[in-house]
Amino acid sequence: MIEAVGLTKRYGAKTAVYNLSFQVRPGAVTGFLGPNGSGKSTTMRMMLGLDQPTSGHVTIGGHPFRSLPNAPRQVGALLDAKAVHGGRSARNHLLSLAQLAGIPAARVDEVLGVVGLQDVARKRSKGFSLGMGQRLGIAAALLGDPQVLLFDEPVNGLDPEGILWVRNLMRLLASEGRTVFVSSHLMSEMALTADHLIVIGRGQLLADMSVKDFISANSADFARVRVPDAQPEQREKLTAALTEAGGQVMSEPGGALRVTGLQLPRISDLAHGADVRLWELSPHQASLEEAYMRMTQGAVDYRSTVDQKAGLQQPVPGGGYAPPLPTVPEVPQQGWYAPPPPGQNPYAAPPVAAPAVPAPAAPAAGPADLTKRDTSEDAR
Amino acid sequence: MTTPPTPQAPYQQQAQQYPQQNWAPAPTDLYTSPIPQRRATLADALASEWTKIRSVRSTMWTLGIMIVLLLGIGLLSAVAVNASDSEIGSTKVLSFGFFGVLLGSICVITLGVMTIATEYGTGMIRTTLTACPSRARVLSAKAIVFFLLTFTITTVMTTLVAALQTAILDGGTASGDDWLRATVGVGLYIATLGLLSLAVGALIRHSAGAITIMIAVVLLPLVLAMFMFSQSLADVQQALFEYSIPSQLGGLYDASVSASGPSGWEPLWIMIGVTAVAMIGAFASLESRDV
Repeated sequence: MIEAVGLTKRYGAKTAVYNLSFQVRPGAVTGFLGPNGSGKSTTMRMMLGLDQPTSGHVTIGGHPFRSLPNAPRQVGALLDAKAVHGGRSARNHLLSLAQLAGIPAARVDEVLGVVGLQDVARKRSKGFSLGMGQRLGIAAALLGDPQVLLFDEPVNGLDPEGILWVRNLMRLLASEGRTVFVSSHLMSEMALTADHLIVIGRGQLLADMSVKDFISANSADFARVRVPDAQPEQREKLTAALTEAGGQVMSEPGGALRVTGLQLPRISDLAHGADVRLWELSPHQASLEEAYMRMTQGAVDYRSTVDQKAGLQQPVPGGGYAPPLPTVPEVPQQGWYAPPPPGQNPYAAPPVAAPAVPAPAAPAAGPADLTKRDTSEDAR
Repeated sequence: MTTPPTPQAPYQQQAQQYPQQNWAPAPTDLYTSPIPQRRATLADALASEWTKIRSVRSTMWTLGIMIVLLLGIGLLSAVAVNASDSEIGSTKVLSFGFFGVLLGSICVITLGVMTIATEYGTGMIRTTLTACPSRARVLSAKAIVFFLLTFTITTVMTTLVAALQTAILDGGTASGDDWLRATVGVGLYIATLGLLSLAVGALIRHSAGAITIMIAVVLLPLVLAMFMFSQSLADVQQALFEYSIPSQLGGLYDASVSASGPSGWEPLWIMIGVTAVAMIGAFASLESRDV
């Protein structure tokens, strides 16, 4: 059980973590999510007593880490896979940590086996790949067979097999009754691994809820509507009718329309009333990744701009290029926000058979929702 | 929430006091490790630091080079003096060990700084302090292991070199106290100088920076003093000459650069005092700063 109360950390004028309060319970994997620089690692360092909070406190099992009796037997942590002396062999690295905590040396060979590094145990860790380094860090965390485990981005640099291994390991550790706290910036990974989510952005708590609740609270449903490609005037007509009825319409890159605020039968009725033929009318649910991005997009510190290569381009001869004015707003073109390409959508579910109401608690709603989950499954 | 009776009951009971608010299913069983638990002690930290210091190549390199320097320069100077057939007379034979030790001290400084500063450079310090939250214990263990290692090697080598030099040259016989100072005394002095480097490394947390500072501490007073021609600075010049580390080391051999200044065992007491202050600073800094 980890408990943070009003945790705040300032570095000079910059506030890395502000007034963070949460609990991490045993027997579950708790995901700790946030964009780069949102204060995840700082929070974990404060949990381990490496950094002193500016105000507030964090306890593990009721004690601050530094006053825990026999700390390494209670808490194991992977903070940074590169935080090893590269000139030391994997086995000697773990042996020194085991000796420091009064753990029998035989345990070193055990954890080397658990993480699959027994064959390179006597090689210097300088030559390790990122994935091998992560495994060595996980071995160090498991050394004391602790009740509480903290992992900072454990799947960084792992291959798909390694990611699956880490995922199963986390779940196994939690099922044994341990407290497992895993940070990541990948929502899709956490959706598969974690039971509970703590989301922070700019050092502040954005969400503290179960994965199931997070999905239903944050997913936005929309309908994709497609009219025959060759008839743009039909498209404009439909857009006008839908907007008039109170829907929000955005244009997708493939020519389809993304409609929110109107239910599917209503869209169908409006199209019929406007005498517009539809090629597609399908319900969609925003993926978890999308929900997470929407939640944190106000809190992203490092945002890229479009590489315009201004002034470096050859002038276009003739120069008569004018972009056509879009009649409806474009769907935002951030990579993460891109909807799945239309080709991937199962046309098998005809619009008329689609569920009528995108229910708020979508994923748990029942068999009628099976068609809706396709997008979120894709993103996972 | 029920907790099975366990050996480390105090910690488990503490956890029970927390109300299980917000969480729907209270966990039925907290995990308890089957591996027997015991509290870690300074002895465990010493074993750990010994594993660390012997398992990196930089230890072998720096100490190996130091042994070569002590032995090589010690023997070379003895052979050279012997071959030149000059009159040794009043010069004490033991003092020919001085040059090798002066150069060898740079290796000890390097090793002392690296013992702690590479932990910061690689980030290993965070792993170490997660495995042992008692920072004072970690630094104490490092200091003890490093001190004993360098003291042993320096003393063995200075004794060996002194014996060889005495065998090659037949100068005046040295007293027992002279012998003790030129072997154990020099060993203690060099190991304490290394400990000072370790303290500086813990304060600076950067290998190259701390090594530079320590080499400056050794060399700069002499170099500065050489350029102090002004009459008004004569006292400062004199003090820099007398208390610079090379002349203190010479004092241990009764072969100081200047005639006055610390001699006999005095340089060792000075070095121990300075190092004690630096170590107190290192402990205070490690306890209070974020890592």
